[in-house]
Amino acid sequence: MAKFTKTHEWAELDETVTMGISKYAADELGDIVYISLPEVGQAVVAGEPMCEVESVKAVSEINAPVTGTVVEVNTDLEDSPELINEDAMSAWICKIEATDIPADLMTEAEYDAMDK
Amino acid sequence: MAKRTPLYDKHVALGGKIVEFAGYDLPVQYSGVIAEHNAVRNAVGLFDVSHMGELLIMGEKAEEALNAILTNDIRGMYDGQVRYSLLPNEKGGAVDDILVYREAWDKFWFVVNGANVEKDAEWVSTHLPEYVHFENLSDAIGQIAVQGPNALALIENLVDGDNIPMKNYSFKWNVKIGGICTYLSRTGYTGEDGFEVYCKAEDTTALYDVLLEAGKDLGVIPCGLGARDTLRLEASMPLYGHELGDDIPVNEVGLGFAIKMAKDDFIGKTALENHTPEYVRLGAKVVGKGIVREHCDVYAGDEKVGVSTSGTHCPTLGYPVCMLRVKKEFKDEKLFADVRGRRIELEVVPMPFYKRNKQ
Repeated sequence: MAKFTKTHEWAELDETVTMGISKYAADELGDIVYISLPEVGQAVVAGEPMCEVESVKAVSEINAPVTGTVVEVNTDLEDSPELINEDAMSAWICKIEATDIPADLMTEAEYDAMDK
Repeated sequence: MAKRTPLYDKHVALGGKIVEFAGYDLPVQYSGVIAEHNAVRNAVGLFDVSHMGELLIMGEKAEEALNAILTNDIRGMYDGQVRYSLLPNEKGGAVDDILVYREAWDKFWFVVNGANVEKDAEWVSTHLPEYVHFENLSDAIGQIAVQGPNALALIENLVDGDNIPMKNYSFKWNVKIGGICTYLSRTGYTGEDGFEVYCKAEDTTALYDVLLEAGKDLGVIPCGLGARDTLRLEASMPLYGHELGDDIPVNEVGLGFAIKMAKDDFIGKTALENHTPEYVRLGAKVVGKGIVREHCDVYAGDEKVGVSTSGTHCPTLGYPVCMLRVKKEFKDEKLFADVRGRRIELEVVPMPFYKRNKQ
């Protein structure tokens, strides 16, 4: 079951952590036209910007949901960033080998109930 | 608190995502910027542009008086003609860019940017002689833009051919649309064929419904500010506050067609005569990865040579473009934009980026 951050990322907590942005975030951004993927090997810190996603209207930072190292990125998004609009929960952005998982990640029900 | 146009409740009912723009609560999008953009390129879209201002100027000597406050020459226009002009300040910058409508030899309208209505009304009223009648009717008038290759067919569903302005940049008045009295203008801000329809503020909602209904077999959809911006960007049309401003000399923005230095004195003429343009407006395709929006520094090698003034991904072109304000001696150099510390390669290309095929 995916967990969620207050800043609208989702994270699937397996051996490595797969992450993306929530449907709510994708809908709010509108048509996504570009994503600057993180790099494999990049160190990321929970709650801090990790990469950027751009819609026609605006640029928006994506925060790392966990602390660790990026081990894989979804290069399909380079040519087809609109996959995030089509299905945000399956359009994963990267996989992270986590060294620390924040305790305040939310369940889907908690995230849905959060005041956005 | 932001003002609302007469169509505010309509936007909300249609699912518009409301943002503040030019002091008004307006929809940035309904179904999505790309879908709305494509509707205008391929079918027809409706835009609420009631935030724009309408200034009425009348009087025996109106033409002469207006010519002294505009860069373009409005002498010799016919009744029912529209002409683009800049409204210059004394330094040669732009108070605004506007459309001048000539309804009669002694009756003119200025259509001005929504964000500038108060400033323009103040400027124009103080720079016109007292014997010219001036009135700011912006709050009393609504405006809907009908834009796209099917715009003519939509209007033909509602208006007799004799009452449709057939020439680009012409208009007709007292045109009845669904019983509503309108000014029907063959103008727009999208790079497509289309109309801008003016009516009394209280008739705007009814007019919107009539237009939407008349276009339902023609693919009409409501469009927001997001698509308006991508459409005008592809068509390389300047936007006040981006390509134009109080401190940007109007002879540096590639609008020479609207600046008639040979005519008699006008506000800013001396300043422009004495100002050798230092900058040019350029269009560039983004070759590197990413989006270049406004306010990015532009470099040639290590030297900062200008800024981006507008830019985003362009749905019809399929790639991002931007407009630049660059020192003219660097216009043929390889240019880069600095986007949050990242250098993105640009390729200067001719404008407009997009030009429609005229039948």
